Amino acid sequence: MRVALVALRRDLLLAGRRRSEVLTAIFFFVVVVSLFPLGLGPERSLLKRIGPGTLWVAALLATLLGLPRLFAADHADGTLEQMALSPQSFTLQVAGKVAAHWLLCGLPLVALAPLLGLLFDLDADALVALTWSLLIGTPLLSLIGAIGAALTLGVRGGGVLLSLLVLPLYIPALVFGAGAVEADAAGLGMQGHLSVLGAMLALAAFFAPWATTAALRVAME
Amino acid sequence: MYQRLRAFRFASPATFYPLAGKLQPPFMALAVGLAAAGLWIGFMVAPTDAQQGEGYRIIFVHVPASWMAMFIYCVMAFWAAAGLAFNARLASMMASALAPTGAMFALLSLWTGALWGRPMWGAWWVWDARLTSTLILFFLYLGFLALHAAIDDPRRADKAAGIVALVGVVNVPIIYFSVQWWNTLHQGASVSITRSPSMATTMLWGMLLMALAFWMYSIAVALARLRSIILERERHNEWVRHALA
Amino acid sequence: MHWHSVEEFVAMGGYALYVWGAVGACAVAMIAEPLLLRRRHRRIVRSLRQRRAAAGSVQATAVTAEVAR
Repeated sequence: MRVALVALRRDLLLAGRRRSEVLTAIFFFVVVVSLFPLGLGPERSLLKRIGPGTLWVAALLATLLGLPRLFAADHADGTLEQMALSPQSFTLQVAGKVAAHWLLCGLPLVALAPLLGLLFDLDADALVALTWSLLIGTPLLSLIGAIGAALTLGVRGGGVLLSLLVLPLYIPALVFGAGAVEADAAGLGMQGHLSVLGAMLALAAFFAPWATTAALRVAME
Repeated sequence: MYQRLRAFRFASPATFYPLAGKLQPPFMALAVGLAAAGLWIGFMVAPTDAQQGEGYRIIFVHVPASWMAMFIYCVMAFWAAAGLAFNARLASMMASALAPTGAMFALLSLWTGALWGRPMWGAWWVWDARLTSTLILFFLYLGFLALHAAIDDPRRADKAAGIVALVGVVNVPIIYFSVQWWNTLHQGASVSITRSPSMATTMLWGMLLMALAFWMYSIAVALARLRSIILERERHNEWVRHALA
Repeated sequence: MHWHSVEEFVAMGGYALYVWGAVGACAVAMIAEPLLLRRRHRRIVRSLRQRRAAAGSVQATAVTAEVAR
């Protein structure tokens, strides 16, 4: 467990030295969210309807943006190989890196979402539901995305290929995440959707680091 | 024990290549025969549908295509797993041989589904649970093919794509369930495009025969593609020289 | 037999475009795929045989040169 925390701290430290990369993803989120009203018109009832879905899609895309960077830098300077060869569990180190990715790319989205939700005229209840759904959903996105990042490590056209691989796998999270907000708005309560989302997160927390490690080993041989 | 060892001798590309060559024609013949029977029953014998008129006959190609798209993905994932678990390159080659055919069936399923939907429901595309799941399945196939094509080293490509196939196959039920849920949430009580209230026995038989035909076809085509893949990858080996003589 | 004439069969009760569009696409795909695979196989076999012949003639020339020396 400490191994994971060490890897987490290291990644956070490194990201702190290169703050612009993290901020870029956040600005991307804001810009993409703003594109939808610009494309569809400012009519309030329409925006209210598309708000949760739009914010969720933008969160997916913003998460994708930060994924190639997850392993690329460490792979380039050989640190990743050292991690794999070290006596400590590679899987735990990878888990730590994924946790760092979530803290840097996912958590800011959760913090920003209520603010951006106001741009779509979402009411307080919807904002709460949205924040909860993103809070549970963004770690799930980081975990699944890490598998894609590992598979496309050093591959030609990696970024776009990563999107093609990962976006279909993101669809269940999107359905239940955005669905939670809609269910809440319809008076059905968000618990059902959030529980399913939580179950998916638990499953991913269990299996994704393992699949990611296997993919990294394939990528490094 | 000796029997098991004898079977494993076909795990080598060199020994499987001629076997695949011999198996190909009978499977294709079966495919053609079953298709002829299925099309006869489906288009000549089966009655007109009460609600959908003659347009329903698309199910005789749509449903088999959908089933095969799904089935081939599972088989592909199986061979990918075998390739990863046993480090067996022939198994991985088989997964690669299956993928394009599976993707083709997914695309045909979408195309025929659209042609069925247009006269029945007025739109070329309805976000029906089954069609949407097939679309996502098509994306999963594309991901597998794209990743395999993007990596130069064949063994690394095999293994990476293999992981994609396995992650995909685990996710397919989750995706299907999610899309079903999403669909009922948004469409309410509308009848699904792929649900038919009752089916005459002849219709069922037609569908079954066509599904079997598509299955035999898939095996024949996968074996053919596998042979090409084996030749391409093993061309530096001695046995290839003898096989081509 | 369900149909009373060839015209009736082709017309498919007014759904001709859709039914034949669907069946036609499947037929095209399932005929093209094996044909394309056959072409791919022939191409590989041909190129491998050519390469072997070229290598063989190079070897033969070398052997002949050795023998001649």
